[in-house]
Amino acid sequence: MAEGFHIVVCAGMVPDPLQTLEPVIGPNGPGLKNEMMLPAVLDPWAASALYEAAQVVAQHPGSKLWLVSLGPKAKLQQVMMTIAQKVSFELVPVDGPIGGFPDAHATAAALADAIGALQGLNRERLLLFGGWESATRGAGITLQWTGELLGITDQFQGVDQITLRADGSFEVLERVEGGKHQVSVCAGAPAVLGWATGNLAEPRNNPQTGMANMRGIMPALQKAKQVKLADNTLSYRAVNLPAQQRETRIEKNLTADEIAQEIVQWIAAE
Amino acid sequence: MSTGTEAAPVAETERQTMEVDIACAGFGPAMGGFLTSLTQQWSANPNDPAFASKAVPGMPLQVICYERADDISAGVSGVVTRARGIRASLPELNPLDIPMAVPVEQERVLYLLDPVGASRRSLALRAADALLRTAGKVAGVKDSAFELPWTPGFLHKEGGLILSMGQFNQWVGAELMAGGLAQIWPGSPVSEPIFDGGDGTAVKGLRLTDQGVDRKGDPADGFMAGMDVRAALTVVGDGPVGAVGQAIDARVGMPEGHAQREWALGMKMVIELPETAEDSGLKPGMVWHTFGYPEPEIFGFMYVHPERLVSVGIFVPSWMGDSSRTAYRYLQHYMQHPALWRYLKDGTLRSWGAKSLQESGQHGEPYLCGDGYARIGEGSGSTNMLTGSGVDEAWTTGVQLAEAVVEILRGGKAFSKENLAATYEKRRRASWVEREGREAMNARNGFHGGMVRGMVGMALAGLTGGKLSLGAKIPPAHEQIKRAGESESGDALLRAAGEGGHPLHELVMTARGWPEIPLDGKLLVTQQDALLLGGKVQALPGFADHVLFRDAALCAQCAEKTCIAMCSGQALTPGAEGVPAFEREKCVHCGACLWNCAHSPGDGRANVEFRAGAGGLHSAEN
Repeated sequence: MAEGFHIVVCAGMVPDPLQTLEPVIGPNGPGLKNEMMLPAVLDPWAASALYEAAQVVAQHPGSKLWLVSLGPKAKLQQVMMTIAQKVSFELVPVDGPIGGFPDAHATAAALADAIGALQGLNRERLLLFGGWESATRGAGITLQWTGELLGITDQFQGVDQITLRADGSFEVLERVEGGKHQVSVCAGAPAVLGWATGNLAEPRNNPQTGMANMRGIMPALQKAKQVKLADNTLSYRAVNLPAQQRETRIEKNLTADEIAQEIVQWIAAE
Repeated sequence: MSTGTEAAPVAETERQTMEVDIACAGFGPAMGGFLTSLTQQWSANPNDPAFASKAVPGMPLQVICYERADDISAGVSGVVTRARGIRASLPELNPLDIPMAVPVEQERVLYLLDPVGASRRSLALRAADALLRTAGKVAGVKDSAFELPWTPGFLHKEGGLILSMGQFNQWVGAELMAGGLAQIWPGSPVSEPIFDGGDGTAVKGLRLTDQGVDRKGDPADGFMAGMDVRAALTVVGDGPVGAVGQAIDARVGMPEGHAQREWALGMKMVIELPETAEDSGLKPGMVWHTFGYPEPEIFGFMYVHPERLVSVGIFVPSWMGDSSRTAYRYLQHYMQHPALWRYLKDGTLRSWGAKSLQESGQHGEPYLCGDGYARIGEGSGSTNMLTGSGVDEAWTTGVQLAEAVVEILRGGKAFSKENLAATYEKRRRASWVEREGREAMNARNGFHGGMVRGMVGMALAGLTGGKLSLGAKIPPAHEQIKRAGESESGDALLRAAGEGGHPLHELVMTARGWPEIPLDGKLLVTQQDALLLGGKVQALPGFADHVLFRDAALCAQCAEKTCIAMCSGQALTPGAEGVPAFEREKCVHCGACLWNCAHSPGDGRANVEFRAGAGGLHSAEN
């Protein structure tokens, strides 16, 4: 594509699970205990989307990359410290509530508003990237809704790979049942691509990238638009973490086969 | 197996360079103080030409700080501090703004008797214990603990704060980044300083570690040579086992008569108490100092945070001598002492961590500055061993350096050794950090002659402001470790650990008569579960092993294997041909292996090399 792409990555934040997370019901609905205390990271699938987007931008001169993220400003700043050395982007922070429980429609509306207001965005060249669904929480429809609110009808979810062609069209591998991929060809932008894990390794930290990024990030954070999500019409009947069993021991003499056999027996007994 | 094998050198053409004005290694309380003070002075007048960048003309001073851990909240320390320096630089500080922070309300000092009978106590101590037991409640003995009728003034933290180091660092870091002058980059270990100058002792910046390498450090997939970040001033605050500080000490040596010979491993847990704790009498702001148990040489603490959280921990010192010193199970026995267990029982482990403490105080102070660099914080010998305080002192040294830097910038001078000595070192020498550090410098000498002698020496120094103290000839840390024949661990235990896949410390403690731990899956958990439940151990691929053994033959001959017994994460285990096996994925970067090696290849340094490495234990509540 001669002019390059305009890629917007929608990336949610999640608490880095340093400690076991505990759901609690507060005055504003469900949340995670001490979520503000825990360091935040990009949702892993959204991080994959960001790294894939950076690769597309690097390979297509004239392309541009925005990162749109909704969350408390302080947490967005913290996340920037961990990702801004990895790839170059322009941050569009949306100062909003923390947590994975707000209504996905309201979240999508806030994201679509922020994207619609981007200076210099050419919607004809727009690729909307994001996590297929949150790797850790979320209804899995936020990205789809954001795309629809922006009027983008070509949508691909569970993407592991795209191959861009010279004429601007691209081939997409989407995950389907049975560990297989569905292969599609899209005529070109605009399109929504909800990424699964992709194939790229996490980029190395590059201090020069970080230093250059931060010159734009800090002013953007200072000017972050505060949003109040539309009233949450959802009500949660219960919120639970998956049940955990922890049984750790050190085994140095068992073979891999023996360990696998024991795990299979354990799973079968569950 | 990790040995002293060196990776092939990187061609310098592959290495990128970046110019900044001030490059900083390590983000802890000292760097927090430095960057906070620098940012405050810049914010007061951003147009001050002194703050114009020379590295990037037209921009404000370019100040970059690199931190090894993946997040700046990954600091590990149980903190109770007088917070004089912190409050002086942050007069508006409201503890309510920092999770887990609370003003100190009450302090107690407890002598813990041995309710188990496995503690290695001297005859004198056993006699004293018997007397106390006989006197019982009349003497104030309750739950096998005797509360001192008063808290010595030097231990008091009146007006101070109980903090979570992780949360405090996170809060300070967020304020700094929002301040706009300094950039802080976690996940970026610094491998070494860049030496330059006529005699090769000037520092011209920092070299980051190579990424995309194999365990030995050889280039692999995605190789990226560590960048050289060149700067007019390099600020070294990478702690007691930091690679930059170690490299400078190795290059320029230590001042006459100074050496870092005394260490301790601090290990702690953050515990959520059961709801019944509301009625237990424990109140936020309470501070307990303990001594006497699980071994006479081991000091302990309990700090009560808001919301039913407590920090509980112990310090295992190098002068304990025993080659099978081990911290994790000692901590479990400590928690189960009746004086603590009545509160902790039914609690839940929220967080766990360990850290080496440089306990030589001013005896271990390196050269504070040189051409192009300055040292701040714990690695610069600022910790006060009498008051058991390091965070506030570290913070204050950072503030002193920031004030000195601004003075030098405004004077249009260079960051030479002379100019840094005339500004930073001068401020430090004239401050309470120096005065109190001098009073404390010999306070712990007595412990090298036993616990009773140690307590007498500490009281002498504390009560006379350091005028009186006991003398001691303190050997290097590796010589403080008793040899296998002198201690109770031995080949049989090592063999059992190696062959059976058992943790060595479990075998040693059990062999000594300590009862098995009644694991409850919540608080009393195995050491491996503590790694999983009490945080997250990170070991990103693409970085080299940071623990190496310099002389494999020396390891093969070693009968003590103290590095294995003391390893906080069980990352060191008995390995092939006598060389411990290192698993980076379990290393919490406490640095204990560095000073728990019983043998030196002859250059006065241990046989373990502890380099810069990525990852480690991450737990935001520590």
